Amino acid sequence: MSPSPKLKLIDRVSAINWNRVEDEKDSEVWDRLTGNFWLPEKVPVSNDIQSWATLTDVEKTMTTRVFTGLTLLDTIQGTVGAVSLIPDAITPHEEAVYTNIAFMESVHAKSYSSIFSTLISTREIDDAFRWSEENPNLQRKAAIVLDYYRGDEPLKRKVASTMLESFLFYSGFYAPMYWASRAKLTNTADLIRLIIRDEAVHGYYIGYKYQKGLEQLTTAERQELKDYTFDLLFELYDNEVEYTQDLYDDLGLTEDVKKFLRYNANKALMNLGYEALFPRDETDVNPSILAALSPNADENHDFFSGSGSSYVIGKAVVTEDEDWEF
Amino acid sequence: MAALVYFSSASENTHRFVEKLGLPAHRIPLRRTDPPLQVEEPYVLVVPTYGGGNEGGAVPRQVVAFLNDPHNRSLIRGVIAAGNTNFGAAYGIAGDIVAAKCGVPYLYAFELMGTSEDVTRVRDGLGRLWQRSSLTPA
Repeated sequence: MSPSPKLKLIDRVSAINWNRVEDEKDSEVWDRLTGNFWLPEKVPVSNDIQSWATLTDVEKTMTTRVFTGLTLLDTIQGTVGAVSLIPDAITPHEEAVYTNIAFMESVHAKSYSSIFSTLISTREIDDAFRWSEENPNLQRKAAIVLDYYRGDEPLKRKVASTMLESFLFYSGFYAPMYWASRAKLTNTADLIRLIIRDEAVHGYYIGYKYQKGLEQLTTAERQELKDYTFDLLFELYDNEVEYTQDLYDDLGLTEDVKKFLRYNANKALMNLGYEALFPRDETDVNPSILAALSPNADENHDFFSGSGSSYVIGKAVVTEDEDWEF
Repeated sequence: MAALVYFSSASENTHRFVEKLGLPAHRIPLRRTDPPLQVEEPYVLVVPTYGGGNEGGAVPRQVVAFLNDPHNRSLIRGVIAAGNTNFGAAYGIAGDIVAAKCGVPYLYAFELMGTSEDVTRVRDGLGRLWQRSSLTPA
């Protein structure tokens, strides 16, 4: 039996030597990812059962649909997206990081199942999966990204992958942050924050490798990829807006979610080395959502805008770094 | 005349932010084999947070080495940190650590390479700060 001609495997294999790392970012990110390793069994989602019971039917439907959509994206990224980056890797260490990313995406996909099985009835889960399979905007999102993963342009694959990691998840991630800001489903939110943290490292790393790839190109080729990136962002953004309406219109949250989308679209662009696109007044995320994402974000780290009399010295932080000498 | 001192990894995010500020700046070298940076004037440190939370190492080790030099440390007047809110409580925590260790204010936090609004606010803020006597040597 001959292998499918479309199956692309790496054409060289050499034993990986972690004592000769060509790009220090590879070992730095490997250490970060392995240091951040976690499994959903560690998070007591069952403590959210009572909280789940306080949600209205409309709220439950929205939340369940959000999680089936996130499951779909993590499945794509785990089984196709991160794997499709491996043949393009420049160093064996880069290949190893992608295998870690692929594995963690599968952990994420499984995490949603553990939320489902803990909180939600089988019938509700089945209904939500059916909705996801039939929702044109969710399916279009998946189709756009999959199309690039199957294409033969390595740098465009990295752009699509960074968009997925840093932008396309956030229409979904809004919901658990919203519940956490209202002191609901807080354990579920803890689990989602672990996923968000992982996706941040993934988007940072894939975007970095994209920029390293750009360094090898001519000015004209770089411009073509930049144009492509912004075209793709607008196409995905328009689709995300419609998907957001499908999910959140019934609860009147759509405009709030759209700010969160644009805020994260800016960060996806920055991960790819481009300037933020959406201005501040279109990305002023609801402070309660931002605080649910990062308790450190709403502290006053703008000394300049204060009266000038306050002298904020950082609170004592326990550091494990042993190389400080003072 | 005060200046900026900054560190940026190969991702160049912090480097891009400092470039956009357009102010005099000294870069802490990436490699330990490079000659170490010695400063002779008061400065504000711009430092990226190495994200994660579970591990130590939020402050890049090159920055720790720079601050371990007592002369360098005596001239720091404030810290600006980069980070990513997706790292939750660890967002911009390099700024908290340096501010606490060195007893200087945590002036500003921004994400990734910073937006144009971040650049304007930091540039204006530093201008006002350096006009005041607090940053010039006693």
